[in-house]
Amino acid sequence: MNQCTNTHEACTISEVLEQVFQVGFFAAMIRVAAPLLFATLGEMFSERAGVLNLGIEGIMLLGAMTGFCAAYFSGSLWLGIAVAATTGIIFGVLMGFLTVTLGLSQHVSGLSVTMVCSGLAFYGYRLVFGQPSQPPNVKAFEVLSVPALADIPLLGPVLFNHLALVYVGFLLVPLAAFLLYRTPWGLSLRTVGENPYAAASAGVRVAWYRYQALMMSGALFGIGGAYFSLAQFNAFTFGVISGRGWVCIALVVLGRWDPWRCAVAALLFGAVDALQLRLQSSGIIDLPYQIFLMLPFVVTVAAMAVLARNARAPAALLIPYRREER
Amino acid sequence: MKFTLEPRAHTPTWLNISLPVLALLATLVFCSGLIILAGAGVLQAYGALFKGAFGSKFNFVETLVKAAPLVFTGLAVAVAFRAKFWNIGAEGQLLAGAMAAAFVGARDVLPIWSLLPLMIIAGFVAGGLWATLPAVLKLRYRVDDVVATLMLNFVMFYLMLALVDGPWKDPLSGYPDSPDIRMDAEYPILLQQTRLHLGVLLAGVTAILIWLLMTRTTLGFAIRAVGENARAATHSGLPVKRVVFLTAVISGGLAGLAGVGEVAGLHFQVMASLSPGYGYTGIVIAMLARLNTLGVIPAAIFFAAIATGAETMSRTTGVPVFLADVIQGMSLIFMLVALLFTKYRIRLRGSESMYEHT
Repeated sequence: MNQCTNTHEACTISEVLEQVFQVGFFAAMIRVAAPLLFATLGEMFSERAGVLNLGIEGIMLLGAMTGFCAAYFSGSLWLGIAVAATTGIIFGVLMGFLTVTLGLSQHVSGLSVTMVCSGLAFYGYRLVFGQPSQPPNVKAFEVLSVPALADIPLLGPVLFNHLALVYVGFLLVPLAAFLLYRTPWGLSLRTVGENPYAAASAGVRVAWYRYQALMMSGALFGIGGAYFSLAQFNAFTFGVISGRGWVCIALVVLGRWDPWRCAVAALLFGAVDALQLRLQSSGIIDLPYQIFLMLPFVVTVAAMAVLARNARAPAALLIPYRREER
Repeated sequence: MKFTLEPRAHTPTWLNISLPVLALLATLVFCSGLIILAGAGVLQAYGALFKGAFGSKFNFVETLVKAAPLVFTGLAVAVAFRAKFWNIGAEGQLLAGAMAAAFVGARDVLPIWSLLPLMIIAGFVAGGLWATLPAVLKLRYRVDDVVATLMLNFVMFYLMLALVDGPWKDPLSGYPDSPDIRMDAEYPILLQQTRLHLGVLLAGVTAILIWLLMTRTTLGFAIRAVGENARAATHSGLPVKRVVFLTAVISGGLAGLAGVGEVAGLHFQVMASLSPGYGYTGIVIAMLARLNTLGVIPAAIFFAAIATGAETMSRTTGVPVFLADVIQGMSLIFMLVALLFTKYRIRLRGSESMYEHT
């Protein structure tokens, strides 16, 4: 590859473009986006029902831990995923008890769930594995090429040469959109998030819908977390999630609470991340990589300021619903 | 059988006292299950934890040193939440304050006597300024403050990492941390042969000052009025937006002071591990203190005690040190529930329909 020696701008841009238009770049973008997609869609569901679930970071971490343990001792990666999802559901119920049944402040409840879950994840891991010099690992998920489709030039390696979980993640997007927009369940869920009192007078059980959304989000957080320990790193480390849950909170805002837009936001994040890695390793630009890590958060805040007027969060977000208080 | 929560007309005193105690007991019971799982004796483990936190002069000082930043972030959150400015951003504001203090403290041109006051002012201003961003976004663009303040934490964190890994890297150590502050910029030690520094004292004094601000001044009254009922405050002629803005500045400034203390009293530089989430813990502490600014002190000492005590407990009984995180999280959950029941009572209802409004 020709190194760019002068800092002439046109030269840099052409080299950046060269990095972008590579099969590896697009494949990496999809790979990075997939685990975030699970958690982002999960968060979207709970926010659409009117509950900001800040338990995301902790539940992902705990899911990564329980999923890893299950896979390690059973030898089945899919069992690990199932256990991670179950873990998430349990803490989704706890979140529901705090914010829905008791109507406590959503952000404080969410942070406390994150705290408890992270504590339990680290505590549990130490109990099970002690302090090994070499972290125990599992045989991670293998790449599953879709027969025939994977042989299509360009598109094949980009789209059809991934881990099974990646396909699942991307299939969840149309599924989530269908559930949310085309089913009576989705209509009720959205009404619960916009105007719970109207929903209640139409006979929708507000609390039950919020519980369902929180259980769904918990399950998806758990799977998203286990993706890291079972597919990406094939081991559980204390930094396995390291703030990616908070990134998903940002992606939901950027995706304006819509499954398709959330997927685009996740892919954009994947693109920035993949580009950042490539530019770093090829030495084209000399920006500190932390600037790239900062980017999704800056973009989110900026987007919120720009979009705040026309694309608002679900109207009942953060507001507890109490039947007797109107 | 259904139950509903019904607001209490008034809370009996015995409930106000017994429910938080009950919450603490529930936490300890829950966590003793975890201790048993670890194969240790419950009483031994809790005993070691207590001894580790308060057992000797050295341990007690360590607890106080750890409590200092928590007092500041707890105050920051308590003040902000009083005005219903949901500041989840104390972490970022702490880092802003720490960086300002580390920058000022390393300037050779400044006269020695001016170092400490300037560091404190710079830290307060930096934290306060960083908090004005979400405040302006909230007040002018109606951007949700929970998400905005949370996001800005990471912006500040990565900004700090980029700086200490780049232009602000310590040329002497070669590690990604900032150059050390001058010796004269360090907080004086209050108790020989310990780490008890001036910042611990300042934390206590600040808590009292903020308590006076909140209970004895017009601004404090305005902050509480805005938080309790913004509409009523507007109608009674309070400049609600200005009050919220000022609250944000004070809150961010207090968080910034937490950063000043960590730089001037403990680390003498900034680096990635400067704050193990003090800003987030501040939220928990403010909630445990029921947003009462004096209550922040015992809550912070409680949290710091668990963190220091857990180290000893882990060494002597083999219970993983992360029990501290679980205790802290669970105590918050139980306390939230307990506080709810000081305001509401449970009313059981028979076979009434769910859809029925009362």
